[in-house]
Amino acid sequence: MVAVTGTEAARPPREGALTASARRSWGRWVVLLAAGVYFLVPLYAALRFAVQTPDGGISLGVFGGIPAQQGFADAFGLSLNLALVTTLITLALMVPTAIYVHLRLPQVQRLFEGITILPIVIPPVVLIVGVLQAAPAALKGTPYLLALEYAVLAMPFAYRSLASGLQAMNLKTLVEASRSLGGGWFTTAFRVLLPNLRSALLAATILTVALVLGEYTMASLDQYETFPVWVVVFDQDNAHVSVAVSLLALIGTWLLLILISLIDTRRGHRASTPGES
Amino acid sequence: MTIPATSRDTTPATDAPAARTAGGALVEFRDLRRSFGTARALDGLILTLEPGEMVALLGPSGCGKTTALRVLAGMETVDSGQVLVDGRDLRGVPTRRRDMGMVFQNYSLFPNMTALDNVAFGLRVRGQNNANRRARAGELLDMVGLAERATRYPHQLSGGQQQRVALARALAIEPRVLLLDEPLSALDAKVRLQLREQIRTLQTRLGTTTLFVTHDQEEALSMADRVGVMRGGRLEQIATPGELYARPSTAFVAEFVGTMNRLPAEVVPGGVRVLDQVITAVDVSGRAVGTIVDALIRPEGLTAEPVPHGSGIVAHKTFLGSTTRLSVLLSEELTVQVDSPSTQAAQLSIGESVAVAPRDSQILVADPTSSAAIPS
Repeated sequence: MVAVTGTEAARPPREGALTASARRSWGRWVVLLAAGVYFLVPLYAALRFAVQTPDGGISLGVFGGIPAQQGFADAFGLSLNLALVTTLITLALMVPTAIYVHLRLPQVQRLFEGITILPIVIPPVVLIVGVLQAAPAALKGTPYLLALEYAVLAMPFAYRSLASGLQAMNLKTLVEASRSLGGGWFTTAFRVLLPNLRSALLAATILTVALVLGEYTMASLDQYETFPVWVVVFDQDNAHVSVAVSLLALIGTWLLLILISLIDTRRGHRASTPGES
Repeated sequence: MTIPATSRDTTPATDAPAARTAGGALVEFRDLRRSFGTARALDGLILTLEPGEMVALLGPSGCGKTTALRVLAGMETVDSGQVLVDGRDLRGVPTRRRDMGMVFQNYSLFPNMTALDNVAFGLRVRGQNNANRRARAGELLDMVGLAERATRYPHQLSGGQQQRVALARALAIEPRVLLLDEPLSALDAKVRLQLREQIRTLQTRLGTTTLFVTHDQEEALSMADRVGVMRGGRLEQIATPGELYARPSTAFVAEFVGTMNRLPAEVVPGGVRVLDQVITAVDVSGRAVGTIVDALIRPEGLTAEPVPHGSGIVAHKTFLGSTTRLSVLLSEELTVQVDSPSTQAAQLSIGESVAVAPRDSQILVADPTSSAAIPS
């Protein structure tokens, strides 16, 4: 029996098996191609529309004229401002919470992950009402109310980024090692944990910024002209510029995400570098 | 043969290095109790570590050894009992103020720091200036043989090197107590052997009182001044390695430390009958004549002589150097291990008939197929 198995194992792959493998490979390429077409054709169409001149020619001048468009600087400035404040609020809330949950309450990690994705399924108007109920009076009537709403919206992305960073490190042992050496919580957090969470923090930051720069519904409901609201409003005056701005925003977000990916890849490569014996 | 006393001996053995150094602290566990739900991790643990002594806690998983170490480190609380260091009750003293260096089972170096910065971390926390702490960290790295790796990050070091840096880091703060939580368990056999010698040498030189937790009896027996065998949150026995091996106080200790054969025996006047031989001077602890018991005999306490139609058949031989361990089949259910001088064992072949007999050496008596403590 053993000998028979050994003989079978030593045989070259059958022709049928090769064909099946090749078929699977082709299948993958077809799916990849279809996905590429699905994503790239609309982008190409948008680009074509943005750069097309009235006489049927092509000009990249539309991109150069974006900063001078009426209301652009204010809207973009407001969005950047909100991105900064939202990021600070999100990190200030999420970093200690994620560390605490992973360190002290590992049994509720799953529950907490479930809670953090609620903002994705709760309608924005409900979130707005909820934030309005809880927000300090001084913030009501200022655009910074949006920052609180965005902080709720960013929670799923920020928490997951931080959670994956915390899971990748030996959190409990590092904290205990620091404490045993005399480190207080402040020292442990700022000298040990945060430096090792750098890429998770960067990912959480970039995702939050991308979210704020792209969020339309809440800003529109709250009647603030943030960058995405400006794009939609301006679209009625000059659709070419509006599409060009949208494209630039999309490319900017992509570049940020690629940056995260590159940082993660570098970290993974560094972690897998074998030590010397 | 005398069965050793079963009382928990918490006094240091005569060869313990009580007077070796004044650098270490006196550590006392007084009746520690700790439960996790219904599980009792510590059930009245009493233990004293003399200044400069290395004590290993040995036992199966869940016996409470790691809990005991973590209680001493301040990372775990107790339901009742006291931990004293030099007579001072540590209740309410946080981990960071206990002045104890700890080496963890998992690699615990801070990944964002070089080896030198890792070692200097505790000194930095203590407010030492940069020059002093770098000099001290350099000395310690030199001490563990890693001076040339000072600028390497943890991911650029092997597992053994990381644990050596962790040891240097723990020693850098000049702790009064060093805690070793299975620091060698993640390393391969060769590195483990080297590192345990290095740890022992450093500990002896520095005279730091050390509590070492391990499930590896070879490590415990080879490194520690005294070894405490734990079971169910209590110390079954604490003694020097030699004493623990030669005079285990309970059947559990006897079978946990080293290899032990368990052979059916019967209590007879003045001793026990085992393998058709009467061995006298065995303490049967008041059992009546005719009681069926198990005799616990180490492999070196048995002999195997080639005879035609003997009581056993040689099933396997393992060469150990000057001795060879024979696995001898006595019946379908019973195989015993016999240590024989390699020169004699070489004459025996697999399948050969042998007569197995007990030497006139220490024999322990236990209830059949039970690891219960032997009543004294």
